[in-house]
Parts: sequence; structure tokens; C-alpha cells
Amino acid sequence: MVTVFFFLFAGLAIACAMSVVYQRNPLYSAVSLIGVFLSLACIYVTLAAPFIAAVQILVYAGAIMVLVVFVIMLLNLEEEDTVNRLRYLYAVGGGLGLILLVQTLFVFYAVSRAPKQEVDESVTVGKTMSIGTAMYTEYLLPVEIVGVLLLMAIIGGVILARRIDLQPEVQVVSVGAGNLGEADKIEEVKQEGI
Amino acid sequence: MEETLRTIFPIIVLFAAATVAFGVVMIIVAYTVLAERKVLGWIQGRIGPNRVGPWGLLQPFADLLKFIFKEDIAPDKATKFIYYLAPIIAVTAALLPMVVYPFGPPIYADLSWLPYGLGDGISVIPLTIAQIDIGVLFVLAITSVGVYGIALAGWSSNSKYSLMGGLRASAQMISYELAMGASVIGAVMLAGTLDLNGIIFAQINSPFKWYIIPQFIGFFVFLIAAFAETNRVPFDLPEAETELVAGFHTEYSALKFALFFMAEYVNMFTVSVMGVVLFFGGWYIPGLGLLSQALGLEWLFGFGTIGYAVISFFGFLLKVFAFLFLYIWVRGTLPRFRFDQLMSFGWKFLLPVALINVFFTIVIVYFLNS
Repeated sequence: MVTVFFFLFAGLAIACAMSVVYQRNPLYSAVSLIGVFLSLACIYVTLAAPFIAAVQILVYAGAIMVLVVFVIMLLNLEEEDTVNRLRYLYAVGGGLGLILLVQTLFVFYAVSRAPKQEVDESVTVGKTMSIGTAMYTEYLLPVEIVGVLLLMAIIGGVILARRIDLQPEVQVVSVGAGNLGEADKIEEVKQEGI
Repeated sequence: MEETLRTIFPIIVLFAAATVAFGVVMIIVAYTVLAERKVLGWIQGRIGPNRVGPWGLLQPFADLLKFIFKEDIAPDKATKFIYYLAPIIAVTAALLPMVVYPFGPPIYADLSWLPYGLGDGISVIPLTIAQIDIGVLFVLAITSVGVYGIALAGWSSNSKYSLMGGLRASAQMISYELAMGASVIGAVMLAGTLDLNGIIFAQINSPFKWYIIPQFIGFFVFLIAAFAETNRVPFDLPEAETELVAGFHTEYSALKFALFFMAEYVNMFTVSVMGVVLFFGGWYIPGLGLLSQALGLEWLFGFGTIGYAVISFFGFLLKVFAFLFLYIWVRGTLPRFRFDQLMSFGWKFLLPVALINVFFTIVIVYFLNS
């Protein structure tokens, strides 16, 4: 049963991944990528890691990809043309693919040679409680570092997105008893400009 | 033969349970639509639909027939594949959380009388389709995928109103998802589990019985975020009729429009269920177990019997209906936000309040446990 589901979702993930690369419309690629994430989440569920599966959907499919789709929609990107300017990259890609294939085959070989072990049913590695405990005891420092890193990214984002006023600051000059109103200020800027 | 039967039997039971749950949810959703039209009518001094069947009770079926037989029009310039995919995504994401709804308390039953040893080792029947460890996260994750239905519908229709609606929807749902997730954390921390039934049991065992008492700020934030997540008044900017001519579903007609419509009401039902489970004790009716003991009728409706389950199920539905009524009431009462108000309200007020609530809950839980 689990094997059937594995092959189903693994096949789906690979098909979607191919579609990400080969689609010419960027939005189709984005939707395919969501498909990849969802299939991966399903595989996590079959591997008894429901928490990771939920977080995979929540963070990648639910948050990050929404932003990607949002940007594609905003920019209204056109379909990519299929001009290949970097033909020599085929060789590089092919070489890297070959290395990956050899590595995978080696892993399969090593696994088949390894002594068989009984799977302990009480293992709770993928459960929420064990992940939380591990994160806040054993791996506390990495978690904190990642937290600070993300905070830096947020602050950087806010600074980049902030509107910078290029107009020279307007000095409010009091005329007589009262301050200038908004309209008078603009008037004054105009006069300074002249 | 018996072996195969024993393997297939649980799957058949699951499919049957899913079908029954689907039927129940669909009927409730259909009548929520009718209730909305009726209540809105009363609020506005009208009668509401009253022609189809007694008091208009057959109106949902008439509406469905109308949707099925209307002409299905797709815009010429639409991106066809995604245009047809979008309503499917919307309705699938809306219906999936149904899998973890805790419809009622577990029933203790002896099933050894079933043939072929099918009932061996089963002593509890849960009234949930799938009892998973991460119920709350599952619901949040699936509803976060639902935004694609709306965003892609807006984009693929190739109309500026629809695109504006889709963009508004994605911005709004990302913003309010954070506040919603943060508001739920308080209740989850008090319960110490993400399992929806586990949260209900934790509430029963706590001195408060319902988490709305210690978590009223969390509930307040959850309620507002829930309105925004389901794109309901006063947060219905993605489909604002007056400015966007129905927004993301302007170009959708017939059954495809019906799917969006259904998705919206199923989502309302989902957040109502979540609110009831997290803050109102789910199916738990305070004092029901004590009452059965006092009357000496524990065999009839003591905890674990079918009677208790049935009464609790209706209690659960009653609480959900109260939530749905609140939705309709608010729709008939409040005006719509402006878009910049909506964004600044979500980010500058709702999220900080939710985080402060999380902080104080952490302190309280820490001192309670130490």
C-alpha cells in the first residue's frame, strides 16, 4: 500500500518537476512547482512524518509560492522565448546529472548491502512533540541563529521597500502668529524652486 | 479471502465515513445559503425566498438545478487550463479539512460480533474520519492552499477586475493567515497537542471547560482573521461588487461559479468548526455526563454511549450554527473596509495583539507547569 502511494506521488513529483522546467509560461511553471511541493508532502506522510508534511505545505506551497504567483501576476510576464544562448551548459548539466545518477545508484547499492534492521514502530521522529523538543534543547543555537538571520532579512526587506523621499525637506516658516497650512507649504516649495 | 476482506474493510469504512460526512457538510452548506438569504431579508425588512417549497426550504435545490442548466461561458482570451483548474482547486482545498473535523465524542462499542473477525481489537469508534496528530496544522495548511483557487481564477480570466480581485485576495489571505495562525497558538499551547479531539479533551479536563475564558484575546483575533480568510463582509474586498463587479469570479458562470460559491460557504463552515473546537469545547456539552449520572441513565447517555454521541453531535452543530449566524449577522450589519485600512489593520493591529497573547500564554503555561 505504502509502496503504491510512494510510486504514485514520486511519479507525480517528477512529472511536475519536469513541467516546471519545460513550461514556457512562468505561471504554469509556478503551478507545477506547487504540484511538486504537494507531492513531496504526501511522500512525507507515507514516511510517518506528518508534521514535516504539514509544514511543507504551509510554508512552501502556502506562503512562498503565493508570493511567487503574486509577483508573476503583478508583472504579467510574457511567455519565454526558446532561444538557447548557453548551449555549452548542456554538457555541464549532463555531467552533473551523470554524477547525481552515479551517486543515487551507489546509495541503492550501499543500502542493499547493509544489514537489515527491524523498524521500531514506536519511533516518533516525525511527530510534533519530538521535533519541538529537539529544536529547543539539542539544536537551540542553530534555531536562534536562523531566527536572527530571518529577522535581518525582514529588516532588510522593510528598508528596501521604504519610500525614500527625494524632495528637499520643507522648512515650516511661521508667518505672523499662525503656522502655515498644507497648501501654503506647497506654495512655498514652488517659490523656492523658482 | 478473509485476509483480503480484513485489509479492505477499514478502507471501505473510511470511504463510507467520508461519504456520510460529505453529505452532512453539503446539506449544512446548502441550508447556510438559504439561512443567509432569509436572515439578510429579515435584517433588511424583507421576507426572503419563500416560493420554492414550504418557507422556501427547497430553494437550495432549485438554485443547484439552475446552476447546472445555465450556459457555461468561458472568455475567449482566458488561459483555458488554469481557468478550468482554479474552481477545482478552490473547492478541493475547501472540502479537504473535513477529514479531521471532530463531529462527536468517541463511542465505546464491542464489535466482536462482526463476521470474519472484522471487529477484533476495536473498542472505540471515533466520530472523526482520520484522527491525525496534526489536525490544527493540517487545516491551516490546506486552507492556505485555497488561496490559489482565487488568485489563479483572477489571473486566468484575463480581465482587469478579476486580476484586481485575485491580487487583493492573495495579499489579504497571506496577511490574515499569520494573525490566524498566531491566534490559534494560545489554545494549542494550553492543550499541549495539535490533535483536534485532543484539544477538546484537554478543555474538558481543564478548570475552564471552554478555552474562550483564558483565551478570549486569541478568540477575538481568530474571529476577525476568520472573517478575512473566508473573504466575507467586512473583508470581502476580493469580490467587492460595487468596485470590482464581483472580482475574481466576474468571468465565471454556471457550475464553475457554483463551485466558487460552494467553496466560500464550506470555508465558512471550516473556520466555524475550528472556532468551536479551539475555543468552545467542540462537541462537549458541560454537565451532560453529570446529568446522566444523576438520573441514573448512564447506559442511555453516559460518556461513550451512542446517546451521548448523538446529543453531543447536535450540540456541536448548534455551536457551529451560532458561528454561521454570526457571519450572516455581521454581513447584514457592517460596511466594507477600504483596502489600505484592511492591510494596516491586519499587520499593525491584529498580528501584534495575537503575538502579545502568545507571549502571555507562554508565561502562564510555564508557571502552571512548573
